[in-house]
Amino acid sequence: MSLLLLAVALLGFSGLCSLLLGGKRSGANTLGAAGGVVGSLVGILPAIQVLRTGTTATFYHPWNVPYGSFFLQIDALSAFFLLPIFLLSALAALYGRQYMESTPGGKNLGAFWFFFNLLIAGMALVVTARNGILFLMVWEVMSLASFFLVTFENEKESVRRAGWTYLAATHLGTAFLFVLFFLLGRESGAVLLDFDSFSGAGSRVSHVADVAFFLGLVGFGTKAGFVPFHVWLPEAHPAAPSHVSAVMSGAMIKTGIYGILRLLTLLGTPTPGWGWALLAMGLVSGILGVLFALAQHDIKRLLAYHSVENMGIITLGVGLGVLGMSSGHPALAALGFGGGLLHVVNHALFKGLLFLGAGVVLHETGTGELEHLGGLMKKMPWTAGTFLVGAAAISGLPPLNGFVSEFLLYLGALGSIEAQTMAPAGFLVIVGLALIGGLAAACFTKAFGTVFLGEPRSEHALRGHEPGRSMLLPMVLLSLFCALIGLCAPFVIGALCPAVSILTSMPFPRVESLLSPAKAPLLWVSVGGILFLVLAAGLAGLCRRLLARRRVEQAGTWDCGYVKPTARMQYTASSFAQPLTRMFDGILRTRESLDRPEGLFPVYAALKTEPRDLFNDLVYRPLFLGVEWLALRLRWLQEGHVQLYVLYIALTLLALLIWNLS
Amino acid sequence: MNTPSLILPFLALILSPLLVGIVNRTKAFFAGRTGQPLFQLYFDLAKLLRKGAVYSKTTSWIFRAGPVVQLAAAITALFVLPWGGASAPFHFNGDLILLAYLMGLMRFFTVLAALDTGSAFEGMGASREVQFSALAEPALLVGLAAAAHAGHDHIAPPLGNFQGALSLSGIYSSLSMDAWLSSGPALLMVAGALFVVFLAENSRIPFDDPNTHLELTMIHEVMILDHGGPDLAMILYGASLKMWLLGSLTAGLIVPVRTGNAWLDASAVFAGLCFLALLTGVVESTMARLRLLRVPQLLVSAGFLSTLALILLLWR
Repeated sequence: MSLLLLAVALLGFSGLCSLLLGGKRSGANTLGAAGGVVGSLVGILPAIQVLRTGTTATFYHPWNVPYGSFFLQIDALSAFFLLPIFLLSALAALYGRQYMESTPGGKNLGAFWFFFNLLIAGMALVVTARNGILFLMVWEVMSLASFFLVTFENEKESVRRAGWTYLAATHLGTAFLFVLFFLLGRESGAVLLDFDSFSGAGSRVSHVADVAFFLGLVGFGTKAGFVPFHVWLPEAHPAAPSHVSAVMSGAMIKTGIYGILRLLTLLGTPTPGWGWALLAMGLVSGILGVLFALAQHDIKRLLAYHSVENMGIITLGVGLGVLGMSSGHPALAALGFGGGLLHVVNHALFKGLLFLGAGVVLHETGTGELEHLGGLMKKMPWTAGTFLVGAAAISGLPPLNGFVSEFLLYLGALGSIEAQTMAPAGFLVIVGLALIGGLAAACFTKAFGTVFLGEPRSEHALRGHEPGRSMLLPMVLLSLFCALIGLCAPFVIGALCPAVSILTSMPFPRVESLLSPAKAPLLWVSVGGILFLVLAAGLAGLCRRLLARRRVEQAGTWDCGYVKPTARMQYTASSFAQPLTRMFDGILRTRESLDRPEGLFPVYAALKTEPRDLFNDLVYRPLFLGVEWLALRLRWLQEGHVQLYVLYIALTLLALLIWNLS
Repeated sequence: MNTPSLILPFLALILSPLLVGIVNRTKAFFAGRTGQPLFQLYFDLAKLLRKGAVYSKTTSWIFRAGPVVQLAAAITALFVLPWGGASAPFHFNGDLILLAYLMGLMRFFTVLAALDTGSAFEGMGASREVQFSALAEPALLVGLAAAAHAGHDHIAPPLGNFQGALSLSGIYSSLSMDAWLSSGPALLMVAGALFVVFLAENSRIPFDDPNTHLELTMIHEVMILDHGGPDLAMILYGASLKMWLLGSLTAGLIVPVRTGNAWLDASAVFAGLCFLALLTGVVESTMARLRLLRVPQLLVSAGFLSTLALILLLWR
């Protein structure tokens, strides 16, 4: 525990120091990044210790804030979330030093690193806080720090708008959490809002538990980016610097999942309704997330929508777990929670990797617009190679980590069909995962293909070259982790057991015996992966040997007889995705404007497509316009005379008095 | 693991190009042509392996990795593929997922290799490939889940302790004549869905015409326009293995011979595979290719067929 506090202190101290050094750019930059790396690495240690020994570390200090106490605890569930948070943050900080060097001179890098390190500390405290007031406070620290990071390039209009969207969304979500904690506190009747006192608060009156679950689902779901609360995600992630996007998408939105899981442990035995709600939310987020992603042509927006999709996959797992618990099928619960939790770590690894890779592309070429890129494979082979690993992993392909977590979920789903327990849920999970997997593969062949393969589509793409080592190293490490989890799949079960045991409130040996049947299949998955790699290496060697003494020529691409192909004749990302986006046009509603070629000798033709978000257009814009309309209608209340305001206060008091008397 | 199950994957490696030969012979028969020899693909492979190669200046290592990954994934998948009652060398719960995702890996790299050439035609083929496969995957997995359920209907095993009931070998070994008698209609639907997936994934009519002369209308063939020599050999061989993989899943279902003798069962499945190839030839000779806009509808109907089968099996 003291190590965690040390890590938080290191993060805070280095952040403050770099804030004070703000004027000296390189000093602030180096100090802030170093503090982020060291603080995060120190923070990993207690998490590993808790996961290895299965103990719980606690820190308690009274606090004079009403209902509050400074109560921190690392149990296996917290540790399981601390691991990806600190790992990704450390690598992102390492990457960030060089990334930030090229920012325009007027920017205060000290302030940037202050908020970055504050964000890391905030996330770590969110998953360890055990008091409602403390939780809300560090939740707010995390949200505000990330708001300032998102709006780092605040001279741009689009960034400012994204920042406001994010700020509004995160606070609307937090409002639900306020109500949630005070509801739980009132029901428990305890003096402090400590989490311990909540346990069983829900079980006394069942509808209180239902209301609490709903509040948590909306409040935490906003942070996690579930559809329909996801609208801030595709705005905020592209606006932020890329390593911030990596941390936000890989780690910060996971605190939403953590919140839901922690809430479930506090509310006692779940009802099937919660499981179905989670499952439905996961299915909708997963499928709509990947569909919206397909329609995007900005690489970071595309990745942001994929975060929505992956949160959906995690939630499918959690939903299966809750259904297993509520229907009394512990094996289903263990597999569902286990798969979901593993996907939390996996998503942090590959999405962090992909955002860092996208950051390199953005940094080197100056654009994230897919249609302007191409051919970067030759200019930045390492970036391309690691991005390819990330792309294959997020599409759930063996032998990488994404496959392992989806495999666990499939196993649970197939098992539930086979044993005829919760078979409809199993069916939905299988259809959902299969569809999401196919669409994700379509989306990432599009992204990787247009950015890195083919010919450069504009002069932007000609500019690219490999970044420095300190930016490459984090990406290489992350792709190694992706492969490692895929090839050592059976070992992850051991790491999952303690956290699953907390979620299912079953003793550790029982969980171990429930999850151990999954070990043998995972072993075979790894064996299959190794067999595949050996075969691929053998075939590549064979091919090389066969061609060694023969004529191997270079020529232009054979474009069906066309002699002078140009880069602009390549298939574009939008055309590639068009059959699928057309199919789902009812949901995507991509806006198209077409200038047809006219006359016998046409000189000009253009097609513009603009991906939109159904929920933004149909739900939030009308809603906020309505709020604005109402606010304008009520402006006559705001006359600017103090006397009038005193009258309002007096009238309100009177009304309250009458209401209380009657 | 017994001797037959160890030998069978290697037998599949040798026999798979034969299926393409049978399809082509059938088509030749219907068209009244003499047609190519039954072993034409073997000759083609031998010829291509002896050739040099021409690579486009646009391409990178992805283009060369494409055929290698494709073939390696197909061979790996053979190791979890049962021949009807004869089990595979690797069998474990959920190996059907591995099989499906290895085919996903094949596709991923074929598509990337196509995009690597920077050709508009290959991009077009790749775009269609990812669209159709995204729809075929749910149909395949739900169909297999239904097949898993058809075999073991009598005793529902406690969850978490499936004892191989969720492996392809386990599923197919229990799809005996009894299973057909007790849940024939549902199995017929699954077989139909699997056959549709088989035709779609192997780029056959009515989804794709391997013999069309116009690149604009192709799917699979247009993606490999730029490959030649040993690379093309690997792609053609990989494609024949893929045909074998999905064909065996269908044939193992429609041939309910479960004698307990692995060699007999495997021979029955092989006969079924030859029949399936014949049937494919007949379909290709008697049908026209569907309009591209109609293809998703057929694939979605295959998905519904699988779903219906599962529902029938769950609530009987």
